[in-house]
Amino acid sequence: MYRYDSYDQSIVDARVEEFRDQTQRRLAGQLTEDQFKPLRLMNGLYLQLHAYMLRVAIPYGTLSAKQMRKLGEIAAKYDKGYGHFTTRTNLQYNWIKLADAPDILAELATVEMHAIQTSGNCIRNISSDQYAGVSADEATDPRPWAELLRQWSTFHPEFTYLPRKFKICVIASKEDRAAMRLHDIGLKLVSRDGQIGAEVYAGGGMGRTPMVAPQIKDFVPEDEIVSYLEACLRVYNRYGRRDNKYKARIKILVHELGVEEYKRQVEEEYAHMKQLGLNPPTEELDRIRPFFANPAYEQGLADEIDRADPAFALWVDRQVAAHKQPGYAIVNISLKPKGGIPGDASAEQIGLVADLAETYSFDELRVTHAQNLVLPHVKKADLYAIWQKLDEAGLAEANLDLITDIIACPGLDYCSLANARSIPLAQKLSERFADAGRQKDLGELKVKISGCINACGHHHAGHIGVLGVDRKGVENFQLSLGGSGAEDAAVGQITGPGFSEDGVVDAIEKVTDLYLAEREEGERFLDTYRRLGMKPFKEAIYG
Amino acid sequence: MVEFLSFREGEAAQEPAVTVESFTGQSNSTAVRIEAGEDARELLPYLDRLSLVEVNFPAYGDGRGYSAARILREAGYEGELRAVGDVLVDQLNAMRRCGFDSFRPDKALDDAAVERALHRYADVYQKTVDGRSPVWAKRHPETVNG
Amino acid sequence: MKILTGNDLSTGDVIWWAGDGWSRQVGESVDVGDKGNDLARAEEAALRVVGAYVIDASRDEGGVRPAHIKDRIRALGPTVRPDLTLKPNDADAGNWVI
Repeated sequence: MYRYDSYDQSIVDARVEEFRDQTQRRLAGQLTEDQFKPLRLMNGLYLQLHAYMLRVAIPYGTLSAKQMRKLGEIAAKYDKGYGHFTTRTNLQYNWIKLADAPDILAELATVEMHAIQTSGNCIRNISSDQYAGVSADEATDPRPWAELLRQWSTFHPEFTYLPRKFKICVIASKEDRAAMRLHDIGLKLVSRDGQIGAEVYAGGGMGRTPMVAPQIKDFVPEDEIVSYLEACLRVYNRYGRRDNKYKARIKILVHELGVEEYKRQVEEEYAHMKQLGLNPPTEELDRIRPFFANPAYEQGLADEIDRADPAFALWVDRQVAAHKQPGYAIVNISLKPKGGIPGDASAEQIGLVADLAETYSFDELRVTHAQNLVLPHVKKADLYAIWQKLDEAGLAEANLDLITDIIACPGLDYCSLANARSIPLAQKLSERFADAGRQKDLGELKVKISGCINACGHHHAGHIGVLGVDRKGVENFQLSLGGSGAEDAAVGQITGPGFSEDGVVDAIEKVTDLYLAEREEGERFLDTYRRLGMKPFKEAIYG
Repeated sequence: MVEFLSFREGEAAQEPAVTVESFTGQSNSTAVRIEAGEDARELLPYLDRLSLVEVNFPAYGDGRGYSAARILREAGYEGELRAVGDVLVDQLNAMRRCGFDSFRPDKALDDAAVERALHRYADVYQKTVDGRSPVWAKRHPETVNG
Repeated sequence: MKILTGNDLSTGDVIWWAGDGWSRQVGESVDVGDKGNDLARAEEAALRVVGAYVIDASRDEGGVRPAHIKDRIRALGPTVRPDLTLKPNDADAGNWVI
């Protein structure tokens, strides 16, 4: 885990005082809402349907036990006892009082946390792979670069008023667990001739014009990544469209200019930027890297797991992933209980997971873009004890990547931008497909639900995606098939006319029935869809 | 209240700024005004003769002027660089960091708020054109300065 | 009828114009006729409300019912957390929204 030094701390502390000053000016009437809104948005404070909402940054999805515990305490003290983990691996509180917001930020600052740039037309929270540092297939641990970029992007003076929000992702594995190519810029760290550098992808994103990012550079040496990103951002800041907010993302610029022309402009700017000494010295990366060193793993541990308890064995098969260190495992904690609210966790559950991280996972945990949690370094011998504690707290659902592991945005139950409710649909689906045997038989099947075209629920990237729309004041749901946010990234295709809430659950059942009937050996739902195409699925739904 | 703010020595440039188009079309003017969306690089051949570049911010959220300013400073422009238009107190710090050294906002700024905004952050993470040492340089003084 | 709603500036609570002040209960809303926008700006200036806006609503046996589902959800609370709505003991409250 990265730890702040006095510089990092002073910047975050200054931000708390700045926001306290701005909030006081607002409450005293010295700032109008028009003037205050951009200031609060820069600090992740939205006005939602029922109250103010505060989005807390969880940089690259990594948390210490102490930080997690603080998140739970804040939920209990300032909110209504729960929080919502988002597809940006952040945490949202739904019931914040404006007057409390500066105190909450001050409490967060005591554990090296903040809400900086969790909203606004700036560089947002850097995202990364939840298995960073523990998966066997990575070229290097991406977190030191993610932290370097967190610092670089914090209050970047040139890129604070971009045409639109800007999301950067850093991964280093072949397997893409972070939807890297659906980011404005995706970096994939690779090793070439013993040197680390980044493949760069630009212009991906969801929203109303979903696009998978094309590669714009096959290798940027690690010590030039900052200047290369400055070049990418400068071209975007100067030429990105500002006349229409729906056409303002970098994906539209890359699309309208063409990849080659965008690349050419970036290269020109990069050649100039390289001369300016903008890159931190390699010593800075060397300073950051040890924070992410391996914890003190015990050597010589057994790899056997006692599977006597069948419910436990089921959970192990689903939720536990291979760790690079013998005797250790990665534990995925599902925040998708049957009939529950995807991504929500109570203050007590947050506290429990903090305790588990402290006791069993070297003080560390991760948040995933699929709105689940991860204990990254667990001794296999401790798995049973962990499972028992999770089970008592309602956190032992065994459904990772299955049909009930649904991503859903807060939707119209909370969000002022939404057109339809996402959560009730997720709940109905998870009830309909609750049977464990049936889920297992269906295998990997990623269902993603957004309550509006902004696509916070990543519906374009769902093997099965659902988009809620408002049809003359009535909620209506469009179904899409064939999307993926993984290394085989793709945008899903809409099946046809939309459905009512119950109608879309039925339609999804028909789609899965067809898959079961038509699949060939070893095929996931997505593979069968890709082989057969839309037609038979359409017939099954509407025929 | 502050209607004009300058961080330069001596008098502010008084000559009215002309458009980029008329400036590059062989005018003798030494002051030019860049509108959002205009290319600051068009001015690079003339930096020696310029004493004032105004960069207009039509709306505080239109950030193109930040890039324009930095481009000019990176190219060695040392004359007055003035932010005009919808310039708010909460943007002053970022503008200073991009090389602006004078400000004529549409709406006058509160003196105390200006002071607070400019001195809020003792440290910065990026190297830009304002000469401030980024945090990474302070962390590694031997490497960066030596 | 036209009713006026917004959020309490300080607490963020959903509030409804009740004639002589703001109420958390949509049922206490009064018809603001064509005065809504003036009232909204005046109340915003007085720092009692943020983001005030006028909506269509109707009065039926169940009380005042906003025309759009979004405002009915605002009036009730999140339908997925009945315990946090204004009618926590009414199992049917969520149906009022639809």
